[in-house]
Amino acid sequence: MSIEPTIAAESRRDPWFRRLPVISHFNKSVGLQRGMLVTGLVLTGLFLLTAIFAPLIAPFGFSQISDADGNFPAQQAPGGKHLLGTTVGGYDVFSRVVWGAQTAVLVIIVAVIMSIFIGVILGLVSGYIGGWLDRILVVIADAVYAFPSLLVAIVMAIVISGGRSSLWGGILAAAISITVVFIPQYFRVIRAETIRLKAEPFVESAKVVGASNIRIMSRHIYKNATRTLPLIFTLNASEAILTLAGLGFLGFGIEPTSAAEWGFDLNKALADTTSGIWWTGVFPGLAIVLTVVGLTLVGESINDLNDPRLRGRKKAAAGKAGPGSAGAKAAPSAEVSSS
Amino acid sequence: MTTLIEAPPSDADGLLPTKKKASGGGLGQYILIRFLLIFPTIFILVTLVFFLMRITGDPITAALGGRLPPEQLAERIHAAGYDRPIFVQYFEYLGQLITGNFGTTLSDNRQVSEMLTTYGSATLELSINALIVALVVGIPLGMIAAHRRDKAADAVLRLFAILCYATPVFFAGLLLKLTFSVWLGWLPVAGRAKTSTELALTALQAPTGIYWLDALRSGNMAALGDVFAHAVLPAVALGLLTAGIFLRLVRTNVIGTLGKDYVEAGRSRGVSEFRLVTKHAYKPALIPIITVMGLQIAVMLGGAVLTETTFEWKGLGFQLATYLTARDFVAVQGIVVLLAVIVAVTNFIVDIVAALIDPRVRY
Repeated sequence: MSIEPTIAAESRRDPWFRRLPVISHFNKSVGLQRGMLVTGLVLTGLFLLTAIFAPLIAPFGFSQISDADGNFPAQQAPGGKHLLGTTVGGYDVFSRVVWGAQTAVLVIIVAVIMSIFIGVILGLVSGYIGGWLDRILVVIADAVYAFPSLLVAIVMAIVISGGRSSLWGGILAAAISITVVFIPQYFRVIRAETIRLKAEPFVESAKVVGASNIRIMSRHIYKNATRTLPLIFTLNASEAILTLAGLGFLGFGIEPTSAAEWGFDLNKALADTTSGIWWTGVFPGLAIVLTVVGLTLVGESINDLNDPRLRGRKKAAAGKAGPGSAGAKAAPSAEVSSS
Repeated sequence: MTTLIEAPPSDADGLLPTKKKASGGGLGQYILIRFLLIFPTIFILVTLVFFLMRITGDPITAALGGRLPPEQLAERIHAAGYDRPIFVQYFEYLGQLITGNFGTTLSDNRQVSEMLTTYGSATLELSINALIVALVVGIPLGMIAAHRRDKAADAVLRLFAILCYATPVFFAGLLLKLTFSVWLGWLPVAGRAKTSTELALTALQAPTGIYWLDALRSGNMAALGDVFAHAVLPAVALGLLTAGIFLRLVRTNVIGTLGKDYVEAGRSRGVSEFRLVTKHAYKPALIPIITVMGLQIAVMLGGAVLTETTFEWKGLGFQLATYLTARDFVAVQGIVVLLAVIVAVTNFIVDIVAALIDPRVRY
């Protein structure tokens, strides 16, 4: 209800850069919440920097098993030339962990962009037009949503690549598999918002003025319905990493010669554990955990800061005068995302 | 079919409380509608899986392509009927499913339905164990976090919850194995039981396949201990994943109810803070936990696939991974369809339980 005027009011007050998602959240945060947000941003930044500068950071290539001095020793303990040791196959663990960040970023970018694009369009159309199209889409989305996401991804990976492929083939296959898992989530959120917004006075007035359906959907509803997207984006990015790792762990990832993938390395490391070789598994695993923690902290903080009931108390008392209606509206989406 | 689709779109997780017009009808009608909604869900999933898996080609080429000369391959494809039009095969497949015939696996030539019943119990046992761990860890910690809101304990617990979510089950499993099996040597590395125990348990009259139940029935304490020792690590690895989610859910909901007037009223009457959290504020927070538990079944089954692979726990997930490597897509399809049925049925049960507890959930 009060969403439209609030945006207008805020935009008059603050310069544009203070209204960017993460920066505005940072300014709103306080105490512990600010700590969580900053920790998350640092971890995420580290992850992105590692991915971008992987060729500079990694001492060796991801599939390199020898250099000028001859073949790398197999299963060497961390230290010396190989900072984090080597695997059974003679790969350098540190290099593969660094290169793995690049693979993960590529998959996330492709997957999340595709699912936002398709999910938002389907959600807008389904919610706005309604009728039988809406019902069919909802039943399909519910069916896919209720199903274990890893299994959906496995089925898709079989369909797309028969399970194995090159760097870009593998990245696309993993990304599309993850996309299929996420489309229902974007679809549900956007559709619910669209249905709510469709009844708002500003949509009706746009109709009266004579705006076309496409214009109403693409301007009036779209702008308002996508407010929660930064939040879903960060939460899904972390889930995308976990799904990619799960696929890789089951052997549906990317071949070790075409790219480095953390889940695949963990699978190979499983056999090492019984003989006490810990470095092949612990480091790629830690990379996954730190990345997901970073993204989740950012997402969680944004979620809490969007919800006046969960925002730090000092600010909630001083900032918004009437959290009543806005809080009640924000609550369902917050609960969905936390599940 | 049309009447099924006409039914209001199911809000299976119940997390988005949509205001529906009270269209009369009581619990009975709600259960009926909700029950009928199971079928389109399963039907859609079966259809999607069938056609998606066939886009890439027939299962025999996928499993044996390159290993057999083309003539022999064509012969086997013809014998299995995979050269017929896809829709004929589809309707035949649907007919077979209704009679409970999931086909025969290609790699080891077993009835898929027989395989499902053999390994299903192992997955069920793992899921139950993990759910127990999740509830025992998640709910009390969530209450503590809510009670100590914004204090140090809350921050630590929330970080713990995020770590639970962020750690893939196979990495958690790997760490647990390294610590407790390899370095400390306290617990077995993998499997469901020692070979001797397994033999003793399968020799039982009508075994349930759930080992601790079988061990209890036979009164064999050594076997029970062995089964328990094997079950701890997988249950913890899979359970922690869900425990983090329960923790956050309990925390959020208890914080919500702690601010309610009746809690304040209880406090003013002198009800202890402990009792306020564990009884007054906790009870209404239970409903979202039950609905989310339904969603967690799906997450848990996905996690079970990875946990079973990590610990060589011979259940559906372990078999799924094995058949995936063997490119045996008939078996994969069978397992996927069975899991779809399990998810649909548990969601139904969860919705009914939620409706029984809270009349507002019904429409």
